[in-house]
Amino acid sequence: MKILIIEDEQGLRDNITQFLQKEQYIVEAAADFRSAMEKIALYDYDCILLDVGLPDGNGLNLLRTLKSKQKRDNVIIISAKDSLDDKLEGLDLGADDYLTKPFHLAELNARIKAVLRRKALDGRNVVKLNNMELDFNGRTLSVDGVEIHLNRKEFDILAFFVVNKNRLIYKSALAEHVWGDHMDNADNFDFIYSQIKNLRRKLKDHGANLEIQAIYGVGYKLTV
Amino acid sequence: MKLLNHTLLYLSASLVLILSIWAVVFYFSMMEEVYDSIDDGLENYKMLIIKKANRDSTLLQKSRFDESNYAIRPIDREFALQATEEFKDTSIYMEYEEDYEIVRMLTTYFSTPQAEYYELKIITSMVEGDDLVADLLHALLWLYVAVIASAFIINNWVLRKIWSPFYQLQSELRGFRLGEDKIFQPPQTRVREFQDMNHTVAELLRANIAVFQQQKQFIENASHELQTPLAIAINKLELLLEQSPEKNGQAQLLANAIHYLERMTRLNKSLLLLSKIENRQFSKEELVNFNERLRGQVDDFEELLLYRNIHLKMIENAVLTRRFNGDLADVLITNLLKNAIVHNHEGGRVIITVGNDGFEIANTGKQQPLDSEKMFTRFYRSADQSSSTGLGLAVVKAIAQLYQAEVGYRYEDGLHRLYFRLTHLM
Repeated sequence: MKILIIEDEQGLRDNITQFLQKEQYIVEAAADFRSAMEKIALYDYDCILLDVGLPDGNGLNLLRTLKSKQKRDNVIIISAKDSLDDKLEGLDLGADDYLTKPFHLAELNARIKAVLRRKALDGRNVVKLNNMELDFNGRTLSVDGVEIHLNRKEFDILAFFVVNKNRLIYKSALAEHVWGDHMDNADNFDFIYSQIKNLRRKLKDHGANLEIQAIYGVGYKLTV
Repeated sequence: MKLLNHTLLYLSASLVLILSIWAVVFYFSMMEEVYDSIDDGLENYKMLIIKKANRDSTLLQKSRFDESNYAIRPIDREFALQATEEFKDTSIYMEYEEDYEIVRMLTTYFSTPQAEYYELKIITSMVEGDDLVADLLHALLWLYVAVIASAFIINNWVLRKIWSPFYQLQSELRGFRLGEDKIFQPPQTRVREFQDMNHTVAELLRANIAVFQQQKQFIENASHELQTPLAIAINKLELLLEQSPEKNGQAQLLANAIHYLERMTRLNKSLLLLSKIENRQFSKEELVNFNERLRGQVDDFEELLLYRNIHLKMIENAVLTRRFNGDLADVLITNLLKNAIVHNHEGGRVIITVGNDGFEIANTGKQQPLDSEKMFTRFYRSADQSSSTGLGLAVVKAIAQLYQAEVGYRYEDGLHRLYFRLTHLM
């Protein structure tokens, strides 16, 4: 999988590169509009992370060029502007997702995987892990072929762990992913802990073969 | 006190003084004139009587006033020589008035060619001082009333006319709010002072609006520019967190650092949201069903409610639909619900009541009413909630202002009640 990061802030570019390399992607980066145009013209990417506020041009124009050339690269817009108009315009132009700075790297990872999964050749949108199978279209989980009922948030929690397997997930990255803006209070670790405890019990009861490890005060890690 | 009444007050007070002084001066100068002419008349009379007495000695026998107005009586030579002529006011009984009345009397002395000495007293009726004073006071009172009345009428008319640009300016200013897009229009006038004032006010407002805009721009830019460095710092710490050993507390320290950076991010986002609302950047409106959105959000809070053992009840008395920005409706509901849950206690209650003009979210919590004035101001938070941004209710207030809705707080039946009432119809 090849990923292109178009981002003028070096710090952010480095962070994303470092993080994504661990996911075994081939990561390239462009720091400005001109070099990004060059790379887009020359190569195909599975996913492009596009910062719309580039110093020498609007990232949305890059998106236009890409779509006019009938390229099938997936695009996730990254913007410092939490503006609905930008978001709508980007999605209208054919972007696959939109992420507002600042974001958690685990969240970015989940978004990239979702985009890649949706565009996968078989179109089944399913992730397998040990004896479990997560169907993202039907939002269902089956263990050893037996379907287990999970509510919306339980599925979201599990899916977030699965796509970020073997990585330490910071607690608020999980909270934001599942509960969005509803959960930004500091002392919610106990609450999240209790939610995960429930999920763990449910998975264990159904014989799912995975372990969610809690790291006190920090977050969680799903080890396979 | 109105300007009009002010001038009238000063005018009437000074008129009382001026007219009183004038009345006193007038009275004395008139009395002087009256005495002067009466005394002249008496003097003339005296000469006529003496001349006549010299010719007709029977006159010298007239020792009583009776029907005429003079009396003559002989006196000693010695007395006559040292006596001097004298005018004085005295009273005598008047048949007509049936009372003693004040008269002017000239007492003089003369000698006949036969060297006989006589005292001559001549009287003439006088102006009645007390009556005059009364009349004068009466006239003065009427004059005063007339002057004040006409001053009032003229003042009213003239002032109203002259000051109309001032009143216009006043009403313009009353309707002016910093931060609203309304352009200030100073009233047209030909009066130089008002032109100056209008100009000054317009300049002052322009400068204020500029500063206000700059400040808003600054907050917006600062918050916006902070997002990227914050993002980088948080991500760097996340990368570091992955590499840190979990056992020796290093990961906890890093998590803590991230926690504070996230708090800063939330603050930033809220500030940005506030300035966006104030800049009316949420122009897109749709028909929002508040009941549906409330139900949806209650669902999102479900686990937290369960975890904190808070019982939530939703009473839908009506279906509330309005044209509203969808995102702002969500922010509004989230902030109010979050507020009701965060400031609640274990095993508490939250009651949402939806009516056809708004909704109310009531919650249990501290057993005392909160400061309803301060709770909607920025960065106000209760002492036990140090991790909240203190901007949640400020955002609610800003949304309310944008939609000319009413948002308020009351403490009733042991519940903290926050209500949001949409006054305008869809």
